Amino acid sequence: CMHEVKMIRLFLPKDRDEENCKNDGYRTLPLSGHVGFGSLPDQLVKKSIKQGFCFNILCIGETGSGKSTLINSLFNTTFDDPVSSHFLPSVKLRAQTYELQEANVLLKLTIVNTVGFGDQINKENSYQPIVDYIDAQFEAYLQEELKIKRSLFSYHDTRIHVCLYFISPTGHSLKTLDLLAMKSLDSKVNIIPIIGKADSISKTELQKFKNKIMSELVSNGVQIYQFPTDDETISKINTIMNGHLPFAVVGSTEEVRIGNKMVRARQYPWGIVQVENENHCDFVKLREMLICTNMEDLREQTHARHYELYRRCRLEEMGFRDIGPENKPVSLQEAYEAKRHEFYLELQRKEEEMRQQFVQRVKEKEAILKEAEQKVHAKFEERMLALQEVKLKLEKKKKVLEDEIAMFVEKKANAEVLQSQPSVSTPLLSLKKDKDRKKYVLMLVIRGSKKKFLHISLL
Amino acid sequence: MFKGPVESKNEAAMSELVPEPRQKPVVPMKPVGINANLLGYIGIDTIIEQMRKKTMKTGFDFNIMVVGQSGLGKSTLVNTLFKSQVSRKSSGWNREEKIPKTVEIKAIGHVIEEGGVKMKLTVIDTPGFGDQINNENCWEPIEKYINEQYEKFLKEEVNIARKKRIPDTRVHCCLYFISPTGHSLRPLDLEFMKHLSKVVNIIPVIAKADTMTLEEKTEFKQRVRKELEVNGIEFYPQKEFDEDLEDKTENDKIRQESMPFAVVGSDKEYQVNGKRVLGRKTPWGIIEVENLTHCEFALLRDFVIRTHLQDLKEVTHNIHYETYRAKRLNDNGGLPPMTVETEENHESNL
Repeated sequence: CMHEVKMIRLFLPKDRDEENCKNDGYRTLPLSGHVGFGSLPDQLVKKSIKQGFCFNILCIGETGSGKSTLINSLFNTTFDDPVSSHFLPSVKLRAQTYELQEANVLLKLTIVNTVGFGDQINKENSYQPIVDYIDAQFEAYLQEELKIKRSLFSYHDTRIHVCLYFISPTGHSLKTLDLLAMKSLDSKVNIIPIIGKADSISKTELQKFKNKIMSELVSNGVQIYQFPTDDETISKINTIMNGHLPFAVVGSTEEVRIGNKMVRARQYPWGIVQVENENHCDFVKLREMLICTNMEDLREQTHARHYELYRRCRLEEMGFRDIGPENKPVSLQEAYEAKRHEFYLELQRKEEEMRQQFVQRVKEKEAILKEAEQKVHAKFEERMLALQEVKLKLEKKKKVLEDEIAMFVEKKANAEVLQSQPSVSTPLLSLKKDKDRKKYVLMLVIRGSKKKFLHISLL
Repeated sequence: MFKGPVESKNEAAMSELVPEPRQKPVVPMKPVGINANLLGYIGIDTIIEQMRKKTMKTGFDFNIMVVGQSGLGKSTLVNTLFKSQVSRKSSGWNREEKIPKTVEIKAIGHVIEEGGVKMKLTVIDTPGFGDQINNENCWEPIEKYINEQYEKFLKEEVNIARKKRIPDTRVHCCLYFISPTGHSLRPLDLEFMKHLSKVVNIIPVIAKADTMTLEEKTEFKQRVRKELEVNGIEFYPQKEFDEDLEDKTENDKIRQESMPFAVVGSDKEYQVNGKRVLGRKTPWGIIEVENLTHCEFALLRDFVIRTHLQDLKEVTHNIHYETYRAKRLNDNGGLPPMTVETEENHESNL
């Protein structure tokens, strides 16, 4: 008989490569004693506690859908939140920050409420302010991250970690506004849909309503937040919870005595709806999921997924690429350098232009001034010449007059000499002399206006 | 609540926030303090558990560099610290093995796990440091290596499409081994520490401390501390980074009394009083490594691993890395500033 040769498969112990692959190719080293770094998570936690935690919730819903009441119930306090009217012209967001302390954990909780959502007649611009607000928080973080001197570890993180979207308990289906709003927000924030004021729907109607909502969301491609199922300890409960979405919640700020306890509840003539009773509503589930199980995951998703997406789009928008034109990886630095160089050249060119213009203007002005100067000079010369001429004329006249004076003085002297001498032919001479005298007096009278001349009185 | 335009006369004046797109948004201001304990348990403190679970899943990176002349017991100490054969000892040089001509940088990585915590440990050895005849600038390759790791991290961080977890190869801690001469620090020691205390956390360690008696040890430590202070060398934990009074008192005690740690390393076990301990056997007795009366190894180990490991990483990330980044970006003119704060000349292309 033929022996059946059984092929024995050798199951090798866990392949080393497989093990290494899990550890990025690093060899696992066995420890021969207690080292002590098992306290690392504790060290990290201690530091985080010192720093405190940040959690930011955005509540979107129509006015009167129970947002504030739910938040009050969730955090067991009364947040100072005035009731808003239905007559606001546009949607606004109102953010308030609170510091909550439980045990030794300090939580900086920011609640952002939409005010006036769904109230307007024309709801076209209802969700744009919300998108803008979320983007603005990402923008602030991005700006801080890109700064040269930054302080990220002390930065107050205002990015929205979770968005609670309140659906009206109509019992039919989602409103168009709901679909549009959620569609525009699902890539920017973790959305958890909630049916507010769920005590107005009966149990059977509720299940139908939930199914309708989920199918509508799926068929419209809205990506709501899925509770993570990769960690074994919480995956089971998270999967169950995922099936209960959207949570039908009831909130209450009043307390009613049931048995011997005071519980949050709403009292109706036909009964009491207890907020924390799992049969009555999903409030406890929401609180579990939101705070006790997945708060850290929500924060991480916001940072690792939504923020990174925003950052990528924003940087690409600004013209930065990881891959350059020849398909070679271009670092942000290089791209920036190139742009900076461009701008620098542009700046230089403009400077040069301005300088040229300036020089030009200066030249023109100088020319004008020079011309004016020359004109003035010419005038000056002209006047000087005229002055010279006048001076010359006057000099001449002066000379003439002086000559005449000299002549006269001489004649006078002669006449005096002649008078002192006895003379024969005096009458003619005297007549001549009289004639001369008269002539001289006449001459003097004519020239009498000139003060310069001596007033010689011969008479 | 912050000021904004009043809506209409009909309503009570409400303070609103209306952010314009792309402008610096107003952040919610002063938080109001509310004690939640008054009305019932919410569950906020579970975030600690959530965070702990998450960090345990992702694991930790730790990169430690050992610097010192050959034969000071660096590899042995690292093996003792992490209780495993992390570095191969260069047990004496064979004639065939040449002394490296320049300082080499050898980084060896391992994954170790304890108590559910996975740690990727990288030990960076620097053979050749201080071994040549002329040791001028022998710290430069080390400084270059450290800066290269910062550069690598910066490049990753600055990418448009970033990895979820940027691999951290930056040196978190540098153990500098001081030769136990008993006199004072050598010029090489001072030069190295002066240059590198600005870029990395330096923890000075007195090697082979079993060559000194207790009095010699205390005197030597005092002298070393004084010299470091006189030369303005800020070793870890740096005074300026003490966050609060608690940290300060704790760190002061370490700075002024324990540091530099006088250590003895060993990976051999001996029987002492019925227990197996790590130690060195000599004709005159067994030096127990983990005995606080014999040497300060246990203090060093607790300091580096059990209490300050996370802090070492944080100081590296928040301070040394940020300093490097700021310097680097300043030299290059900076990344596109969206708020014009670095240069007036730059026109933002937004």
